[in-house]
Amino acid sequence: MRITARRAALPVLAAIASTALLAGCSQAPSTSSTSSATQTTASNFLPCMISDSGGFNDHSFNELGYNGLVQAAKDLGVSQKSAQSKTDADYANNINAMLNQNCNLIITVGFLLADATKAAAQKNPKTDFAIIDDNSIDLPNVRPIVFDTAEAAFLGGYAAASYSKTGVVGTYGGMQIPTVTIYMDGFYDGVQYYNQQKGKNVQVVGWNEKTQKGSFTGGFDNNTAALTTAQGVLNQNVDVVMPVGGPIYQAAASAIKSSGKAVALIGVDADVYYTDSSVQNILLTSVEKGIQQATEAVIKDSAAGKFSKTPYVGTLKNDGVGIAPFHNFAGKVDPNLQSELDTIKAGIIAGSITVATPSAPKS
Amino acid sequence: MTATAAAPGPAQVEMPKDPSRGRQIIRDILGGSVVISILAVVVGLVVGAILIAVTDPGVQAASGYFFDRPGATFAALGDSVGGAYSSLFQGAIYDFGRPDFLSGIAPLMNTLDLATPLILGGLGLALGFRIGLFNIGGQGQTLVGGAVAGWVAWSFPLPFPWGLILSIVAGIVGGAVAGGVVGLLKARTGASEVIVTIMLNYIVFYFISLLLRTPGALQAAGTINPKSPSPPDSARVPDLFGAQFSVTWMFVIAIAATVFFWWLMSRSSLGFKFRAVGENPAAARTAGIGVDSMYIWGMVLSGALVGLVGVNQVLAFTVGGFGSGFDAGIGFNAITVALLGRSRPLGVFLAGLLFGALNSGGYVMQAANDIPIDIVLVVQSIVVLFIAAPPLVRVLFGLPRPGTAPRRRAKAPKAVEAE
Repeated sequence: MRITARRAALPVLAAIASTALLAGCSQAPSTSSTSSATQTTASNFLPCMISDSGGFNDHSFNELGYNGLVQAAKDLGVSQKSAQSKTDADYANNINAMLNQNCNLIITVGFLLADATKAAAQKNPKTDFAIIDDNSIDLPNVRPIVFDTAEAAFLGGYAAASYSKTGVVGTYGGMQIPTVTIYMDGFYDGVQYYNQQKGKNVQVVGWNEKTQKGSFTGGFDNNTAALTTAQGVLNQNVDVVMPVGGPIYQAAASAIKSSGKAVALIGVDADVYYTDSSVQNILLTSVEKGIQQATEAVIKDSAAGKFSKTPYVGTLKNDGVGIAPFHNFAGKVDPNLQSELDTIKAGIIAGSITVATPSAPKS
Repeated sequence: MTATAAAPGPAQVEMPKDPSRGRQIIRDILGGSVVISILAVVVGLVVGAILIAVTDPGVQAASGYFFDRPGATFAALGDSVGGAYSSLFQGAIYDFGRPDFLSGIAPLMNTLDLATPLILGGLGLALGFRIGLFNIGGQGQTLVGGAVAGWVAWSFPLPFPWGLILSIVAGIVGGAVAGGVVGLLKARTGASEVIVTIMLNYIVFYFISLLLRTPGALQAAGTINPKSPSPPDSARVPDLFGAQFSVTWMFVIAIAATVFFWWLMSRSSLGFKFRAVGENPAAARTAGIGVDSMYIWGMVLSGALVGLVGVNQVLAFTVGGFGSGFDAGIGFNAITVALLGRSRPLGVFLAGLLFGALNSGGYVMQAANDIPIDIVLVVQSIVVLFIAAPPLVRVLFGLPRPGTAPRRRAKAPKAVEAE
């Protein structure tokens, strides 16, 4: 047995070895090019970032924050450092590790890191900190970055109600936390506004703003629980669904594909059309949260010595939140929908339409 | 002493007749030698080095022109692997980049801090393993212990040290109850403790998540985030060597727990009964030992030790209040620690220290060298993989395959020695 296994392995090994040989045959780069690469570092400013347990490849807010960090570092011509957390126990240790790397600005992603960020900021008053999605820290060297996503989700809810043919739209979240339910509140309000304006009765399943109760997958993993929740929502005759929270929209996408029904998906955080091409054909639109732009802006402010503790609050007004184009669905939605959304957006900015949610950030 | 030495005797006779293959596997894993544990760690580090080299962009670039300039590839290899393991050392033991000895030794103190819950949890699970109980409920028992300890801490604000002592006792009791329920179910209904503990993990996790977002339960007043209030300072575990080091008095408790474990298993009659049940429940029952009550007490003690992990997370480790993920996977990592330590007190203690060092160094490895923390987890997992398969390590290192008779004879005195 053993001999035959070895014989079988030989050609495989030979193939691997020859590939490796061929791969090693290219020209070495000239030494002058390597030395010029090091000269691009113009300043010693070092921005650093720590993810929450979702990791930087979550197709969502960690990833957007990370993209902002990379873009800002590139624009400023400086290097950057980043560390991913796996569990709640990693936050304080990762921040300490970053402090030892002499970071000038440490951005922590998510309210879960609030306590660790606060403790580190108190101990290290000379280092700037910024925290995404949390507004609880009031220290001279901490800048909160928060978003009133309910405003944008309101537009998403309106669009969903307008597109729906069954008269039922749905949403569900990863965990029942304010940064998630604020989307669902806005979505719910948007649908109610549509009903009020058009005299229709489009139902929302998966969330009720008044009781603050709804469907949640229990985490931000694309797992069986996410799939079950998605199917549970889809089974209620829903034809537009907005899953809120990291990669759980992928469960909705697979549930939609396996059901064979024409159900449209609304993405959140990023314009999912660009971050995940596999769902382009079922994506109605995305409710965007400008984490990348906000992160870039905060890093550049800090690099220019203009750091302040004033929270950055993303709204429709400063384009910190918004709704993505309809892309592939542009021909399928009501031709008047875009102009109606523009009117509502102007109304929200002017204050004539109020989006009230208990989860709204206080600025 | 004579009783201890004689204990493996009847087990040898019974072993071939033992119908349970699962029990045999557990015995194989726990019976492996110290050499295999050390070799498994070495293999883990070597495989980790290969992964670091393969995933490093510098090495990838340099290997593209290997034949044009082979030196560049080796230089890049040295940079990536050497840099990574040097960061691992500096993050776990001593940082040469700091100005003085006191701040240089801070990483070692951090290692001890991170090792504390792993040792406590490892001891708790090891206790179960020795009785033949596969307690996979570390997560649930940690969560119960921590939540109860935290709740007592802010609900009964007593002056130091009484508030702290009361909270620690409450946490131990919480963990003991969570474990005892499992023991009771197994003893009375014959329910598999593996399934019950795994399912209790989910029940406890979601129940605590619910309490954390219910105002008036575990949620902090005046917040909408699922977080608990911060325990008062009078109920916090004090630092062992002052505020500049992260290690707390919980480490002393971990040492005390290790000694207690040794005393319990090697010197007390309860421990003798535990081991007898672990070796062969049928024989133990014939010998007049109440196997059912041993299962209950075993799970109570196992849960109590794991409850201390929760105490550590809530009253020593976490800054401020806790969220539902405060167990931080320690309930599962403790299984690894218990297996690596062969369920022996000293072994578990050293395994906990090793994993604490790997964790502590992993943060610096990631921050300084951009190496994903996953590599550290891969190293840990490979270590466990090799420990679970002693023959694999023997084949890799050409160790002689021990014959049945000499291995048995060699094993008996070693067990006594280790205890």
